[in-house]
Amino acid sequence: MAKQTEIEAPNNDDGIHAQAELAEQYLTFYMKEEEFGVNILSVQEIRGWEAVTRIPKSPGHVLGVMNLRGTVVPVIDLRMSFGLTDLTYDDATVVIILNVECSNSNKVMGVVVDAVSDVHNFSDKDIQPAPELSDKAQGQYVKGLGSTEEHMVILLDLNEGLIQDEKALLSIH
Amino acid sequence: MATILAVDDSASMRQMVTFTLKGAGFDVIEAGDGQEALEKAKGANIDLVLSDVNMPVMDGIELVKNLRTLPDYKFTPILMLTTESAGDKKSEGKEAGATGWLVKPFNPDQLLATIKKVMG
Amino acid sequence: MSVDLSQFHQVFFEESNEGLDIMEAALLELDPDNLDSERIDEIFRAAHSIKGGSGTFGFQQIADFTHVVETLLDLIRSDQFKILAEHVDLFLRSVDCLRTMVTQSEQGEECETELSNSLKSEFEDILNGRESGASAETQNGGEVDANDGQSDGARGWQIFFRPSTDILRTGNESVRMFRELAELGDLEVDVDASDVPQLDDIEADACYLAWNISLFGEATKEQVDEVFEWVVDDSELTIEAIDIGGVGLAEASSSNTSEDATSSAKPAPVVAEFAPSQVVAEKPQTTAAKAEPKAKREAKAESASIRVGTDKVDSLINMVGELVITQSMLGELGRNFTVDKLPRLMEGLEQLNNHTRELQESVMRIRMLPISFAFSRFPRLVHDTSKQLGKHVELELMGEQTELDKTVMERIGDPLVHLVRNSLDHGIESPEARVAAGKDEMGKITLNAFHQGGNIMIQIIDDGAGLNRDRILEKAIDNGLVKASDNLSDEQIYDLIFKPGFSTAAEITDISGRGVGMDVVRRNIQELNGSVEVESQSGKGSTFTIRLPLTLAILDGQLIRVGSDVFIFPLVSIVESIQSYDQMIHRVSSGCEVLRLRDEYVPIVRLWDIFSIKPDSEKLEDGLLVVVEGDNMKIAVLVDDLLAQQQVVIKSLQENYRSVDGISGATILGDGTVSLILDIGGLIKLSGVSRAEYKKHVNEDDSAAA
Repeated sequence: MAKQTEIEAPNNDDGIHAQAELAEQYLTFYMKEEEFGVNILSVQEIRGWEAVTRIPKSPGHVLGVMNLRGTVVPVIDLRMSFGLTDLTYDDATVVIILNVECSNSNKVMGVVVDAVSDVHNFSDKDIQPAPELSDKAQGQYVKGLGSTEEHMVILLDLNEGLIQDEKALLSIH
Repeated sequence: MATILAVDDSASMRQMVTFTLKGAGFDVIEAGDGQEALEKAKGANIDLVLSDVNMPVMDGIELVKNLRTLPDYKFTPILMLTTESAGDKKSEGKEAGATGWLVKPFNPDQLLATIKKVMG
Repeated sequence: MSVDLSQFHQVFFEESNEGLDIMEAALLELDPDNLDSERIDEIFRAAHSIKGGSGTFGFQQIADFTHVVETLLDLIRSDQFKILAEHVDLFLRSVDCLRTMVTQSEQGEECETELSNSLKSEFEDILNGRESGASAETQNGGEVDANDGQSDGARGWQIFFRPSTDILRTGNESVRMFRELAELGDLEVDVDASDVPQLDDIEADACYLAWNISLFGEATKEQVDEVFEWVVDDSELTIEAIDIGGVGLAEASSSNTSEDATSSAKPAPVVAEFAPSQVVAEKPQTTAAKAEPKAKREAKAESASIRVGTDKVDSLINMVGELVITQSMLGELGRNFTVDKLPRLMEGLEQLNNHTRELQESVMRIRMLPISFAFSRFPRLVHDTSKQLGKHVELELMGEQTELDKTVMERIGDPLVHLVRNSLDHGIESPEARVAAGKDEMGKITLNAFHQGGNIMIQIIDDGAGLNRDRILEKAIDNGLVKASDNLSDEQIYDLIFKPGFSTAAEITDISGRGVGMDVVRRNIQELNGSVEVESQSGKGSTFTIRLPLTLAILDGQLIRVGSDVFIFPLVSIVESIQSYDQMIHRVSSGCEVLRLRDEYVPIVRLWDIFSIKPDSEKLEDGLLVVVEGDNMKIAVLVDDLLAQQQVVIKSLQENYRSVDGISGATILGDGTVSLILDIGGLIKLSGVSRAEYKKHVNEDDSAAA
């Protein structure tokens, strides 16, 4: 027992101090050819696409609800929220289960994207403000542009607008 | 480690007293009325009793009288938790054999200061 | 040491509410002419605890107000004040006021003091009125300290202390006091043992010594007094300022001690030296201020908590223990599995199944509370209301231990109040009328709760005049609810009182009126998936029977299918399901279709249409019509098929999504898929068949048929 604590002790110092720079990790994924990212802290899990139960009278991008270990969770096709068309649901299609900060409480929801890509670190200096976007829906969710060595990632800050009616969404802006 | 018997019919007061005392390193035994306190005192080695006066079943005054008849509790400090109301007659507690009193409302610091007075 | 007092606030609130309930119940049972000292003690203790707690935890307004309440109670308790009925009333009003103050504190709000201040002055008037008669009695309280003036300019204190010989028997020790004094300044102590008796006469636990103590320093008289606070009454104690007058401290002390030493017969000078240790600072204000904002946050967070009996927790722990054993058994089996162990595996899985079910039941039971929580307000309500109405009413509570889901309990309170008020107002007759009818002057209302077949039943029974069949019918005809030509049974007539539009402004009284009709009572109960019915016997009284599901978490559901989608109707809302035939369908003028169901017309709602689903068939005759009732209205819902009936666990759709019209919630079916539970009221709204319109159609149709 005593030996174990001796071994553990020196480990504590190293790694943690090296990361002093404030970088945040983002999970990136593809929708069409574009790469998007969400803060990894908001990601609960990633699941394969499976059929959902439709909700009557719900906006088109809300595909329905699924059973996430006993909790009823809405599934949103993020590609539709971003106005993409010609969507496919195949083996690569994934549902990212996210914890989304909403006005009253956090809500868990699944968002459908084409494929998961990678995990990137972006510190504040790597993030540029988002350009004025013509698409209102996009403008609501885009937080900035993150640049890696080779390409740009559109960083998203998803909110409860995702589960609101398109009509309601438009009236906000 | 010294053991304190805390007697009060009010759960919130008891919790507050227990929490404060435990935080200061005392062992605490709780009782909700005099009868329960008397029974618990009999089996235990208690260094100080803190007791409310107005309690159902057996009140604080009766508790003190009963404790003082037990050889183990002849000299044990017993502090009454009283209020300034006429209902809590300090003199009655003193006559029964209580060591002293602490006037409600008190805060944790006052409680510890008073206990320090008795226990050193 | 800083202790965050806000952590005890929740317990204090709960305990205060309990105390207020006790006060109220005891006050209601109190007979001023024949005082039960036990009851008064009980009331006093509750008030006393609330005062102590509120003072301690920083709820000053509550403490201030409770103080006057307690003072009067104490006088009553000690037979110094004669309590009258009007005082009982004042105490009851104080209980209400305190309840509000506690609730406000719990919600982190400032207490409103308008009411408490006015009540407080009522108490003060009573107390002052008494005092003017017996002022001498209370004068003793104020102690005037003549010595105080000397504290100015004093550089120390000369103390003579001869405790009572009994001092040790109260657990006090002189050494302790010296130690305390030493914290106030430099100390010199001379013991005076002149009174120690002969060895034979010495009692082991008596104290025969006296002390001369010199304390040098800036200590105030109050500080010194405080040290002797507990023993001053039975000791010989003098505290005199050591004068300065240019005399050096050392000289003063040496002269004093030498004098004392020589005057003592057996001088045994002991100079005790104590290092003044750190004095614990008192900061009541800052502690209280710090606690407040935190309390606000916590009150909100914890308001959703429930108190659970330890027996329920124990049974849960047992159950989990069993589950763990089964799990380890199965785990063991799995590690070395061979086919011959199959029977044991089956057995283990069966066990697992049982334990899981039991565990589920136990967890559900945690939310169950005895209905006494809902009943407890009625003694007071009946007391106050019957007094107001000039009626004599006795209340009997039965089945108070019947358990009910907490959420159901919270929402059944208002309907119950309404029904009890109604019985008091319209049911029970005036004493004169009762006597004239040959009945006991004292009317009786019984609240009875019991379980029946997976439901909880609550009855409100009165022995009053019963419902007036003819008057109800007359009024219903006047209000256009029924026609004079309708042939209605007594039950159907009595049921009319629950119809919207029955209650008219003319009969709204302060007691049962309040602008809310029986239709609202029924709607509230239906929202809980329950029902309410009335039986009545002229001259003998009425019985209202409420039937409620045991819990809101589970619902008996009827699964139905439209196209590929499965939905669930709450079984209680279903009147019947029928295959439709052409001759039963009426097309009324506006193109709306109604189903003729015996003597009623029920609008038809196509689920596929309002939910935009592709059904098997759009034709009425291919599907089934499920007649459901909600919001006091029936609709016939067209579905493709009826599937199984089963109990479903209700899951919230709002938790992660939002509310959806026509859907009350969701559940997870046996195959793991989510299915949505239909909300009848919502469907009615979605379908656009408003009640008024529906009635119009029906009337038009009727007149056309006539």
